[in-house]
Amino acid sequence: MSYVIEGKTGSWEIVVGLEVHAQVVSNSKLFSGASTTFGAEPNSQVSLVDAAFPGMLPVINKECVAQAVRTGLGLNARINLESRFDRKNYFYADLPQGYQISQFAHPIVGEGTIEIELANGETRKIGITRLHMEQDAGKLIHDQDPTKSMVDLNRAGVALMEIVSEPDIREPEEAGAYLRKLRQILRYLGTCDGNMEEGSMRADVNVSVRKAGEPFRTRCEIKNVNSIRFVMQAIEVEAARQVEIWENGGEVDQETRLFDAARGETRTMRSKEDAHDYRYFPDPDLLPLVIEQEWVDALKAALPELPDAKRARFQSEYGIPFYDAGVLVAEQAVADFYETVAKGRDGKLAVSWVTGDLFAALNRTGKTIETSPVNAEALGQMLDLIADGTINGKIAKEVFEDMVETGEGPEAIVEKKGLRQVTDTGVIDAAIESVMTKHADKVAEYRSGKDKLFGFFVGQVMKETKGKANPALVNGALKSKLDA
Amino acid sequence: MLTGLTLTEARAGLEARKFSARELAQAHLDAIGRLNKQLNAYITVLPEQDVLAAADAADARYTKGEARLMDGLPVGVKDLFCTKGVKTTAASKMLANFVPPYESSVTARLLDAGSVFLGKTNLDEFAMGSANITSAFGSVLNPWKRQGDDAALVPGGSSGGSAAAVAAGLALAATGTDTGGSIRQPAAFCGIVGLKPTYGRCSRWGTIAFASSLDQAGPMTRSVADAGLMLEAMAGFDEKDSTSSNRPVPEFSKAVGKSVKGLRVGIPAEYRAPGMPEEIAKMWEQGIAWLREAGCEVVDVSLPHTKYGLATYYIIAPAECSSNLARYDGIRFGERKDAASLDGIYERTRAEGFGPEVRNRILMGTYVLSAGYYDAYYLKAQKVRTLIKRDFVQAFEQVDVLLTPTAPSAAFAHGENMDDPVQMYLNDIFTVPASMAGVPALSVPVGLDSKGLPLGLQIIGRHFDEETVLSVGGALEAAAGFAHKPTLHAEAGV
Amino acid sequence: MSLDLATTRRIAKLARIGLEDAELETVRQKLDGILGWVDQLSEVDVEGVPPMVGTETEALRQRDDVVTDGNCRDAILSCAPEKSGPFYTVPKVVE
Repeated sequence: MSYVIEGKTGSWEIVVGLEVHAQVVSNSKLFSGASTTFGAEPNSQVSLVDAAFPGMLPVINKECVAQAVRTGLGLNARINLESRFDRKNYFYADLPQGYQISQFAHPIVGEGTIEIELANGETRKIGITRLHMEQDAGKLIHDQDPTKSMVDLNRAGVALMEIVSEPDIREPEEAGAYLRKLRQILRYLGTCDGNMEEGSMRADVNVSVRKAGEPFRTRCEIKNVNSIRFVMQAIEVEAARQVEIWENGGEVDQETRLFDAARGETRTMRSKEDAHDYRYFPDPDLLPLVIEQEWVDALKAALPELPDAKRARFQSEYGIPFYDAGVLVAEQAVADFYETVAKGRDGKLAVSWVTGDLFAALNRTGKTIETSPVNAEALGQMLDLIADGTINGKIAKEVFEDMVETGEGPEAIVEKKGLRQVTDTGVIDAAIESVMTKHADKVAEYRSGKDKLFGFFVGQVMKETKGKANPALVNGALKSKLDA
Repeated sequence: MLTGLTLTEARAGLEARKFSARELAQAHLDAIGRLNKQLNAYITVLPEQDVLAAADAADARYTKGEARLMDGLPVGVKDLFCTKGVKTTAASKMLANFVPPYESSVTARLLDAGSVFLGKTNLDEFAMGSANITSAFGSVLNPWKRQGDDAALVPGGSSGGSAAAVAAGLALAATGTDTGGSIRQPAAFCGIVGLKPTYGRCSRWGTIAFASSLDQAGPMTRSVADAGLMLEAMAGFDEKDSTSSNRPVPEFSKAVGKSVKGLRVGIPAEYRAPGMPEEIAKMWEQGIAWLREAGCEVVDVSLPHTKYGLATYYIIAPAECSSNLARYDGIRFGERKDAASLDGIYERTRAEGFGPEVRNRILMGTYVLSAGYYDAYYLKAQKVRTLIKRDFVQAFEQVDVLLTPTAPSAAFAHGENMDDPVQMYLNDIFTVPASMAGVPALSVPVGLDSKGLPLGLQIIGRHFDEETVLSVGGALEAAAGFAHKPTLHAEAGV
Repeated sequence: MSLDLATTRRIAKLARIGLEDAELETVRQKLDGILGWVDQLSEVDVEGVPPMVGTETEALRQRDDVVTDGNCRDAILSCAPEKSGPFYTVPKVVE
């Protein structure tokens, strides 16, 4: 175990489990026909059902069920053909019904796994305990009035998937890797947009510490952490806090805590004494949810290729290294871009252009792969120009920069700027003659055994031809002339 | 007299243009004007011009020959059904001024069928009660009196306002809801017919929930045929209610009058409760004899878990109600009692907005669902509920319907049975088991006790077999020939 | 088991029904009576019996993922005891 906290009494390891709330991508809410679009006018996307008017009843959205099943399949998890909805009862201003409809006793998805990759290249499997569907709550706005909070129910009733991991995580870095991998899978599946800033993915972090080989000690739950970096920080500071308590002879209380990123500390939100008593019971408004194996199979057959499979395929199909393939599949849009460029071309050359020059250009221009000034087809055409000898690699850099700047196609740029590679041996020979005349002293040095000067002559010839000479032809002709 | 008709008679009269829907509506508005102060059957009476406008529209359709199933028939609506633009209170202070911006599915169907709504009838607060004494808008008076005794009697509950209105001529029929007997018991107490359909037959959308797995809307009428007619208008698939059945709705009214010869009628031994009044037992025997004469085969059956029905009900119904009523928090609708904190608003609003019976049931339900008690109470009750349902399923392998008394007594007086909640709950002893199983059950008035109060018998049928229940009910009705009228009646002394 | 006042108070708190101590005692007695009566269920043998959930007559129907509702803020806010602009309002809550 690489991450340990060295305390006064010895080394401590950390034990972490994550509960991720992922907002389901769907047009309408889990149990009502109101829209789920982000950022609408307050309370405009609220039905009488969402506002829990008397006599209103829930009817489940089939697409939300499908999204949960797809996600379960993407997590290599067991799909439960019969699941149920329970009510989780508590009072809060953002919870109109006075209960949240959730799946407590019989979730739709059971055990699964996620394989994560660490910075050192090692991989680890993290167990998934379950995935269940539930309703999101509304939103309270506190900054509009000194004495009142405003209630906006637009988000109330939007479908969430709660994805619960086993307490398998042993390092802050693993927690980060887990969340990135989970987000990647969700995005590939199109079941959640994974946008933590907009709150469409949030994590509750369960942290405890123990000496190696001990059973689990008391854990604390840190609620609603909204970035991967904060999750890793929260684990570090919370684990350190717990170690200090244990080592000073204290006892860690099981409680719910909040992470204050500004102060870099966690603090009590709810102690065990005022822990909620949620009084879960089966929702009598909803019958058991029964799905057919054939439907699950059909959803499975229609799943997109997931990152792990795509990475393996990129390695074998395009002959690129594991690491590069990992960089490409991190985002589906990048993987798709790459594949368009690489299809029928040199995969290795394609990866160096995509992860090298293209990424640098995106970085420099503040664009994303979706808004890239150079599209995949154009980059592919440019690689074709290299392959057929129209331009050489050096000129290609210049062509590419022009493409970034102007958005024009590579052929047009080559023509416009006259960058076509020189393969005319007469032109090349003339250039060599001219260089050898200008640098007669260097020719003599070379001929007296200073082999290293060969590179100098190549450079001078390229300069003479404005970089357009075919480097292979230059090499051959120069060698024969100098060695003559 | 127009206020004394059955739905079927009134429909025929309108069709033949013997009288107009306007005259029919006006007669009822007049009767309400004369008697509602005493009976307190209606919490809200609709404005006269609205009622008459609806009646005029019905008349126009009759004239054009386009009359619908319930066209022009004046009915009362239990004040638990949300009615668009019309105050809907659930007889609670909590909703004293609640005007829903929507129409419940059942009342929307009734309106589509041409019914003319007269007003919203009184009930026990949030339908919790068996005597209609928990209404925030005052008790309902049973229009019946004991012979030689002027004591005020309860109409039963929770649909007491509907029962009293139909019995006293303040509506030709009314909607009720039944969770553990709330249609059948008041129907029996007031000498009318009440039908609790199979769970899932009528949509629950827009009806204020008490206990979701039990609540079911149904008709309260003056004849069995009327119950069939009105159920036909109320029932049907509703995509907005996940528990609504998409089975086709038969022409229920046609089931009445069909021969019952050869049908097997089960007599469950366990309903012979110790301490059952002699008169009730006698009426039950009489009912058995009538059905035998009509050609039914009478079979003794056993429903061994009957005696646990009530205790099971008084765990499950409060549990569901504690959760269903959490939405009454003073934030989005209903009354709010102000306080400095959010919890303060919740606690004051709910302490003052709910009456004692509702509060007690919420607390009971909260308790049986709370950590440490769930298994002992709620889970156990759900398992016993399975056994109760199995009893019915097994009995219906041998028989077509069951015949039992509807209630263990005739209507009692205000003040009786009121100190001990368990004593009050015992009123539902015969009606609760069918609710727990979700099967249809009908109460038919069959006679008077020695004090002159009506008694009802209950016919329980298989899931979605209301037709057989109605056929047997029709046979019983024909044999009993119940034609008694209560002391307070729109036609008395006019 | 008999119901004590502390439990009654905890239950009332959970249900957000604010009762004075005298009222709590009345409630405690009523509930204790009912609980004593429902204890009769302990004599029923339910070994191996599954709990009945709802009335189990049909499987859950699922609707299509179409926006059919919402956009009715006026109706939603029409019954609110207190509101401000497009919002419901409550006393300031801080967590």
